[in-house]
Formats: sequence, structure tokens, C-alpha cells
Amino acid sequence: MSEKEILTINGQSLPFQPGQTLLEVARDHGIPIPTLCHLDGTVPTGACRICVVEVEGARNLVPACSTPAVPRMIVQTESPRVVAARRTILELLLASGNHNCALPREGNGDWTDFQLQVQAADDTDALCPAWGDCKLQELAYAYQARADRYPRTDKAGEPPELANPMIVRDFSRCILCGRCVQACNEVQVNRAISYGYRGSDSKIIAAGDRPLAASDCVFCGECIQACPVGALVEKKARYTWRPWKGEKIRSTCPYCGVGCQQWLHVQEGRIVKVTGVEEAEPNRGRLCVKGRFGYDFIYSEERLRTPLIREGDDFREASWDEALDLVAERFKAIIAEHGADAIAGVSCARSINEDSYQMQKLFRAAIGTNNIDHCART
Amino acid sequence: MTNSFNEFARAKMFMVIGSNMTEAHPVAATYVKNAVAAGAQLIVVDPRRHALADHAALHVPLRVGSDIAFLNSVMQVLIEENLYDRQFVESCTVDFEALKQKVEAYPPEKAAAICGLEADLIRDVARRISAVKPMMLCYTLGITEHTCGRNNVLAVANLQMLLGNMGVECGGVNPLRGQNNVQGACDMGALPNVFPGYQPVTNAEAREKFALAWGVDRLPDQNGLMIPRMMEGLVDKTVQAFYVFGENLANTEPDIRKVEHGLASAAFLVCQDIFPTETTRFADVVLPAAAWSENEGTFTNSERRVNRVRTASAAPGMAKPNWWIFKQIARRLGHEWPSDSAREIWDNEISVLAPQLCGIKYARLEGDGLQWPCPDETHGGTCYLHKDGAFACGLGVFTPVDWTPPAEEACEDYPLVLSTGRRLAHYHTRTQTGRCDGMNDILGEETVDMSPLDAASLEIVPGETVRVVSRRGEVRVKAHVTDRVPRGMVWMAFHFREANANWLTNPAFDPVTLTAEYKACAVRVEKL
Repeated sequence: MSEKEILTINGQSLPFQPGQTLLEVARDHGIPIPTLCHLDGTVPTGACRICVVEVEGARNLVPACSTPAVPRMIVQTESPRVVAARRTILELLLASGNHNCALPREGNGDWTDFQLQVQAADDTDALCPAWGDCKLQELAYAYQARADRYPRTDKAGEPPELANPMIVRDFSRCILCGRCVQACNEVQVNRAISYGYRGSDSKIIAAGDRPLAASDCVFCGECIQACPVGALVEKKARYTWRPWKGEKIRSTCPYCGVGCQQWLHVQEGRIVKVTGVEEAEPNRGRLCVKGRFGYDFIYSEERLRTPLIREGDDFREASWDEALDLVAERFKAIIAEHGADAIAGVSCARSINEDSYQMQKLFRAAIGTNNIDHCART
Repeated sequence: MTNSFNEFARAKMFMVIGSNMTEAHPVAATYVKNAVAAGAQLIVVDPRRHALADHAALHVPLRVGSDIAFLNSVMQVLIEENLYDRQFVESCTVDFEALKQKVEAYPPEKAAAICGLEADLIRDVARRISAVKPMMLCYTLGITEHTCGRNNVLAVANLQMLLGNMGVECGGVNPLRGQNNVQGACDMGALPNVFPGYQPVTNAEAREKFALAWGVDRLPDQNGLMIPRMMEGLVDKTVQAFYVFGENLANTEPDIRKVEHGLASAAFLVCQDIFPTETTRFADVVLPAAAWSENEGTFTNSERRVNRVRTASAAPGMAKPNWWIFKQIARRLGHEWPSDSAREIWDNEISVLAPQLCGIKYARLEGDGLQWPCPDETHGGTCYLHKDGAFACGLGVFTPVDWTPPAEEACEDYPLVLSTGRRLAHYHTRTQTGRCDGMNDILGEETVDMSPLDAASLEIVPGETVRVVSRRGEVRVKAHVTDRVPRGMVWMAFHFREANANWLTNPAFDPVTLTAEYKACAVRVEKL
């Protein structure tokens, strides 16, 4: 490694690849730099400034996400000046909307007590739906930012948009980081949402500031996954899912043949929300409307719960033994009378490999016919 | 797929033919759109100007069912203008002369008339796809669901071999599979002609291998029946018992009345499912199964990637894993099977018996899974097939094919062509998505999508309920008037029982694959 490709971060000499940003170099070497607006795989916007770092010789702090690494740069990621700047940014963001997680009692700045108290009470809709899963909350706590430093803006009282079945948009909690716009335009390329208005009127809009349902939105929910705060949440999971209550289980989507990797967020034995697994092949965190919101069919009251045997025009409930005995006896009789090839079966292209394997084995080895197929060619 | 999804975003040239990717494979489509944003060229070949075409450099709106004429003509231009990959053709393929001779009969002017295109558009396509190498070709059911489906696939393969786009990253022939585990069900041998791992049942050695593994004296040596022949067998009584696992044939197969007649004719029908469906109505026994996320297992995606599926919640009531149900029936037929979990079935049987999967064990599937072929436990899996032009069977064989029209064409009584497919918010017959909160709010009923010109000539206004009639049936459905559908064509899906396209579709099949011609039948639209 030539000297040309080395810079110094927090006193450590570190190699880098030409073209890398300071954020990328720091991450490659395990040095944390907080981000809010940065979305992997998209063009850095430098919008939120939370990633600012101090570069020796530079007049101002620079955003790590959009500053190219330069040989011999000397960088501080947590200097007093950096920390003070981040705290100010966070306090301005907290004041910009309805961030009630950051409202400790008047004059008392004890965050830990306040958080524990609210979490224990959890009277649902009083608590932000992103509580415990919010980048702003996490950073405000880390930098001990105060919510009462600046006067709160009036958008804090704006009601959420509930006019579609999947995505709740709560502009009172939006910090205008723009990650949702990038997720929609650069990642999924659905081009449904964009920035609207100017200055203090700035807002994320769909179709000329209309509800999502009236726009080109296809409800993939990529914007929710990108949202670092509680401005965009799943309608189905809102106030149900709480990050400290459940576990997440990795699985594979049951719909098309792409095989997207999902996190199933499970509480009390039920899936309450689904997100894409970042960094995973083949979907790298992405999902579609079915993958993200199409999980709750398994809890339908209409599920088959017991074996059924026909009785006239209707069915009656049966035990497994009775139903399986009946199937086996009828198969035996048909094999005896008509031969094994008088039995045919169709396997399921939605079920697991092991099920299809087992069914073809049943047909070939136990029944004695190759009459096994599935919808392979359609 | 010969190639992988992670190559999509890096590809520089795409031809997407017969694939409504943004609705049927939305996440795959995001990568194509990313590639276009990064400068790649996309050519969409489809009768409909579907949403992916909005991102395309060229949309080729060919007539339904004219794919072979189009592809042969593109190849004719490539050969005539010497734009093909001569080196690849000479070193990696055979029968080029036969292909050349065949496609000579498809000059652009002639093909243009069949396809309803401008001849120069065909030349433009040929020049573009040969100017950037490699070109990645993706297709879906717009290629296969025709009476000439097999030949369509051969034509696609001929094109990619002619361009030397096989065995390279960001190239290849990539059929996107419509269902989460249709690749896996094939790999597992749920097909009438092959054991797991595509080992032919007509091969004595393979039978001996599986007989030994399964502890039986002999295994049947004749290919079995494909689904359409099974259904015919129910009617003529050569098939007495029919076991339907997780399929709603009454809605998914062409010509619902014919299908239901077949199901009703079964002497003994077993259905194993997670919900009562239109198909279970005909059952003698219904067995309740555990669903996705209610047991452990694996799916194999389009790019041959074996991935884990894990348990999140318990199955309701007495519902049981499917593999358990099959095992219990086998036991009652005198066969004791030792494997007692999906993991044991995979690790001790499947990955031992299927050569492509020998290196894949559950212990290796914790992260992003593995792509087959993966012959041993030190192998990292295979992203793309036929590396350096080395085809599995030696040299790539050009198999020239002729265009044939759909079995049913528009006529005076049925002047429109109905083509079918899937819509974004629903999946198949809605047994799953129809029971998810919100999905029916996004899409609550079927429509017949038709062009503004046809709507105007029939004096139909958007949203008006019309009757769509084919030789097999009729449905009443709302008209969705859209310029994404060309004149002379209407388009419907099969998600809803009411106004299901399969009341109308034609049970005409490809002679080899027995795939039905869902993509083309003749209909008329009547104002009510």
C-alpha cells in the first residue's frame, strides 16, 4: 500500500481505495460514524449533517458520507467540536416535530429514567410506533440531546395519513432525511414520492401532495424500511410490534421465484411484521407488497384444522388415523384392482423441497407409479 | 436461470421477453431498473407496454404468439450482417448451418408481417443486442404458455448461443420462475420422468440406485402422466385416485368447466391443503397441512439457490407438516421411512441422492444459502452455468424451430385475443393473498384490460361492466381501459373466482411439455 492511499482517523493510519468516502473508509475499519440520511447503495445527499467529522486544515466540519477520502487527511470523528455539532443537529431535529420520546419532565434531563418509565407503561398509541427502533431516538440518547433547547414547530400536531391499507405516513415525525425518497426512486425505482415545497414548508410528497393511494405507489414498503424514525410505519404492525417484545427469525418469502430473504418479527408466536434482510442475497433488504405485507393469511380463521371425510354433500371431521387409514385402504384397493398407474398426484410448487421429495417418494416407492407432477411448466 | 439475480444490476444490456417483471417478480425488476439507471439498455419484447417498458430503450410490441418469427428474424439479421459471435459458434456449438438455413426463411419484412412490427425495428433490435456484450435475456410465462412454448424456449436459447452470451456473467438464458419453489419441486423429482436431481426414471441404473436407497425391490420404469393427461384419465377412468397437494386446479387450469368435470369424475380425490378451496369441494378426504413459516424446510429460488424456511408460529389445530403426512401414508402402505424431520430428509436422502445437491447440507445453509450445482461440501455453489461455453452435455446444440400460430386465433365471432397473467397485489387464486389484511383493498376484483380504441369501437366506458365470451365460457367483468394493451387484445388474470380468466382460456397444449396456451385464445367483448 503506497503512502498515497493512507489517511489518519482518530490517530490511526488507515489504507483506503481511491473514490471511497470518509464514511466508507471508517466503516471498513470498524470506526462508527452515526448517519441518518445515508442510504447504502444510493447517491449521498449530505442532507442531515449528523455524520460530520473534523478534518485538520478544513475551515468547517465536513459530512463523512459525501466527502471523498484524500491521502494524508487527518480526521477526528468524535472530537468535542464534532460532538457539539451533532448534539445541536439532534436538538434541532427533535424540535422539528412530534418526537415525544425526547420529552423528559420539565427541566429534568434524565433520559434513562424517562425511557424506562414510558416503556414500562406502554399505553400504545401515546408511544411513538418507532419507539426502540428509531435512529433519532438512539442518537439523541447517545449524544444526550435535549428536546427543549429550541421551540417546537407547529407541524408536531399534524395528523397521520391513514388512507391506504398498508403504509401510515406521519409527517409530524418526519425529519426530512430523504431516505424514503431515495428508497423509492433509486432502490425500487417506483418514482412515487419526492420532495415538495421549499424551506420550512418542505415535505415528502406523492403525486403533487396527495395520499399515497392516489400516486404511483405500489406499496412495496421500501420507504418504511428506510425510514429512520416513526414517520413511515406498517399499518398492520403499528402499536402491535414493539422491538423489545419479540424475536426475529430469518426465512424465505412464500410468493414468487426470486426467493427474497425476510426477517419475520415474531411476538407471542405470531408474525407481526416482515422486513427484508439487508445485505442478504438475492434481495439485499428489498421486498414487494406481497413479501412485506402478505404474511397474515396463516392466521386466517378459515384455515383447515382437522382432517375431513366426505359424507354425502358435506364433510365431517375425522381423526388423523381415520383419514390416513381411509386414504391408504382406498389406494390399496385401487392398486389391487386397477394397478398403481391408476393413481396420480400433483405436488405443490409453494411448499418446501422436502415435501415434494417426500410426495414423489410416496408415489414411486410406496404406490409404484411415476404419475407425479406439479405445475412446473406453467 | 443460467445466471443470478446479483448480476442484474451490473448487466449492460437486457432483453426481457414475455415477462411482466414489475408485477410478477417485483424485486428482480428493481435490479433491472437499477441497471438502466446506471446506463444499461433494456429492450422489452411484449404485446403489452407493461410498467417495465417505461424504463426501456425499445419496446417491441409484437403480436401475441409471434415470438419465434421475431427471434428467428433477429437471428437472420445477425447472421446476414455478420453480427453474431463466430468464435463462440465455432468452438462451443453444433448445427449452426441448420439454424442459418432455417432463419433465412424469416427476413425482417416477412417476420414483420407476422409480428405486426416494422421490419426496421427488428433490424434495430439485432444491431443493438449485438453491439453490447453480453446481453442478459430474461423470460417468463409469455414464452412458455403457448402451444409452441417449447419451441419458444429453443428459439431463445438459439439466440443466446448465436450471440455467444452463454457461460458468462450478466448473460445467459434466465427464465424467472413464477412460484417460490417451482424450481425446487422440479429438482426434487415431482415430475413424471425424473427422480430427484433429474435422473431419468427410464434409466435402469438410476432406478437401481433409488430402489436401493428407498428399500424397495423395483421402481416403475415408464414415464408417468403430466397433469393434463391425469385430468383426462379421471374422465376416462384410467386414473381412479387423484392426490392434489397444495394446488387449486379448479381455478388455475384452463377451461374451468372442463377441469371441474375432471375433478368431479375422480373415483377418489384426496386434497391436502391449508384452506378449503374450489378444488377441495370435490374431495373425498381433505388433509390439513402446516403452512409456510409453520415448519422447517428449504425453498430453491429461480437462480438455483437453496434457502432455509423457518418456523415462526405453530400450525393451527391438528394441521401437520406435509412430509409427515406422506410418511404416515407410506407406513400404512408397508414402508417405514426413517427420516423424521425436513432436515433429516434433506441431509440423509436428498443431498445424498441428487448429484447437484451433494454439497448442500442444512449446516451450510445458515446465511444466504447455496446455489446448485454444489457437488461436494467444500464447493461454494455456482452463480452461473456453462462457464466458458462448457455446456453440461458437451457442445451447445442449435435446434432451429419454425413459427406456428396459436391454436386459436381471432376470427369474426371472437375478434379479440385474450392473454392472461398475474397482477402485483395478488398471487394465483388468492388462497393466500386474499386472506391478508389490505390486499383486497389494493386490488378487490378482476378487470378486463383493453385498449382505448377497442373500447371506443364497442362504446365501452372505463369501469363499465362487460361480458367477455370465448368458445368455452363467459364472464362479466369491469373494463379497465388502458393504452398499455394494444388494439385487438384484451388481458385478464386468474386471481378471482368471479371473472377468472380460466373460464375462457383454451386447453390447448404444447405437444411436448403439455403446457397450456394461457397466453392466447379468441374472445369477444360484449356491451351489456
